[in-house]
Amino acid sequence: MTETLTHRHMTRRQLLARSAAVGAAFVIGPGFLAANTAAWAMEVAHLKPQTMATLIRMARDIYPHDHVADEYYAIAVKGYDVPDKAAMIEAGVTALDAAAQGKGHAGYLAIGWERERSDLLRSMEESPFFQTVRGGLVTGLYNQKAVWPLFGYEGESYSLGGYIDRGFDDINWL
Amino acid sequence: MAAPFDLNDDTVVVVIGTGAGGGVLANELAQKGVSVVALEAGGRYLPEDYINDEWESFGQLAWLDPRSTSGDWRVAKDFSGLPAWIVKAVGGTTTHWAGASLRFQPHEFKTRSTYGNVEGANLLDWPIDLAEMEPWYEKAEEKLGVTRTGGREGLPGNNNFKVFEAGARKLGYTEVHTGRMAINSAENDGRFACQQTGFCFQGCKWGAKWSAAYTDIPRGEATGNLEVRERAHVLRIEHDAGGKVTGVLYADRDGNQHLQKARVVCVAGNSIESPRLLLNSASSLFPDGLANSSGQVGRNYMRHMTGSVYAVFDKPVRMWRGTTMAGIVQDEARHDPSRGFVGGYELETLALGLPFMAAFLDPGAWGREFTTALDSYENMAGMWIVGEDMPQETNRITLNHELKDQYGLPAPNVHFTDHPNDIAMRRHAYKQGIAIYEAVGATRTFPTPPYPSTHNLGTNRMSENPRDGVVNRWGRAHDVPNLYVSDGSQFTTGAAENPTLTIVALAIRQADHIASQMSQGQL
Repeated sequence: MTETLTHRHMTRRQLLARSAAVGAAFVIGPGFLAANTAAWAMEVAHLKPQTMATLIRMARDIYPHDHVADEYYAIAVKGYDVPDKAAMIEAGVTALDAAAQGKGHAGYLAIGWERERSDLLRSMEESPFFQTVRGGLVTGLYNQKAVWPLFGYEGESYSLGGYIDRGFDDINWL
Repeated sequence: MAAPFDLNDDTVVVVIGTGAGGGVLANELAQKGVSVVALEAGGRYLPEDYINDEWESFGQLAWLDPRSTSGDWRVAKDFSGLPAWIVKAVGGTTTHWAGASLRFQPHEFKTRSTYGNVEGANLLDWPIDLAEMEPWYEKAEEKLGVTRTGGREGLPGNNNFKVFEAGARKLGYTEVHTGRMAINSAENDGRFACQQTGFCFQGCKWGAKWSAAYTDIPRGEATGNLEVRERAHVLRIEHDAGGKVTGVLYADRDGNQHLQKARVVCVAGNSIESPRLLLNSASSLFPDGLANSSGQVGRNYMRHMTGSVYAVFDKPVRMWRGTTMAGIVQDEARHDPSRGFVGGYELETLALGLPFMAAFLDPGAWGREFTTALDSYENMAGMWIVGEDMPQETNRITLNHELKDQYGLPAPNVHFTDHPNDIAMRRHAYKQGIAIYEAVGATRTFPTPPYPSTHNLGTNRMSENPRDGVVNRWGRAHDVPNLYVSDGSQFTTGAAENPTLTIVALAIRQADHIASQMSQGQL
């Protein structure tokens, strides 16, 4: 079964339902919903859409950057939507939800405060599931060229002739 | 006879590895008319091939053959399969190196005499001293075009340096400048001046930084006396019944094995691969590995006492702009036991791009403590700490018989545990590095743990007495008269300085020695 995790399908139907139930568990602003960004359209072929939504939330909770939109986290974890990884991810997310339920929540996505989700993740940070997801994010998130400008990082400069005439020594506050 | 050479030509000198040691040695021998076959495990990449993208470049250049780690060092936990960050390519790690080119201090050749008996340390004086090395250092500086030597200007300081310099001056440090760098401050030797592009670690696309890949190697080849066989991975060194080496067995790019005969063999595969090759060349005559009657092959592995300090300010720094290693504080490089440790350390600016900063700032860390640091990436300044670490017999390269490489040979295991002196020195350096940044208003500082080793030293060390080490004052194996070690593994001790200049100086000196021994019929 192929389902599409987009604002038209999963995000609208499920997120709106969830936001009614548990608030902004999966934060996507109205502006973003209105913007029909192809980058965010995401085919989910092997994972349940709910699993992918949880994984994206988990990714943000591991490396929370408030100025980085969800689509970049989604890109960072979409590689798990393949046959040989889906079972591990489904099992990991099921365990995560079970841990959340143990704390009286409907599931991981139903936990409102980042701190509570973070504590839950901390309690399972030695698990292979957590370590796989965290390790993958180091490159999956921070090696996206589209993310770099959000941190001010300029990437390569050779094509522009380096910084010799473009501010390598322009600091003015010392 | 001119290159290319026949596999059965037993008049050639075979050099294994083409980095700062092997690449320079191969060229220097070729310039003297000696026939050289250089076998390089990696491929050939030139400035137009270099990729100014950290991970992509890493995939292009890094040595990623199977390796394992053990010991207390944090690298063994965070990067268990990547003990070292070194290059597999023609030119070796001279592609990746920062360019810092510092001579040793006089006492650093004589640590056993100077530091005395340091418990747990296998200290030994080098059989050579600074006075003997000075002319060779001068030749090396000339070859590399080192700034602040030979009348060459220093490089201009970038933003990262300016923050570092201002803080260091406030602390009262006086030996603060933009370094002695093998990076052109003006056009030199047919190569560009530095364009302040950053990405020094990914290969200099301007060729402003010296690398053997586009200097010594092509110059050696141009003589007709040097043949470089790339993607030729040496598997073992062969010897005759008399204990002299006769050639090397290597696998070509397709995995086909060849035996190249040799008159002399020079091993320059770096301090992990060189001892591994000697150990993998064990035979009935040399049951503990080639040239290992001392038992010191693979031992005394040093990686320098390292660490980094990054700091966040309330305003932008943009440390990635310009030369990666843009300046130095040398005041702490002296030997001054009143600080609570022997030996000293250098502080050198360093910048990582966002992808590597995420990987190396605090490996394994996550959550807001970590991500708020990266949120301030644009406002970060950074420095690297490099100091003398203690040689320890138990820090060593061994063969891991459980882990095989692509040729079925045992992979190297790299075992390392800090000596208490290393820990005391690092603690001091963190404190000073943090103070430098706080002096200019840092709002947050990060004492960052060591990266996978870039300075790999000492595993075939030089000694006066054959009992204490693997090679003599010329890098010649004590046990095997026509076998040489030509890389940083011959270092008796590590000194505080970045090692490349010394590796190059030793290689120039060794070429002189080998050529003269050959002409005298001694080889």
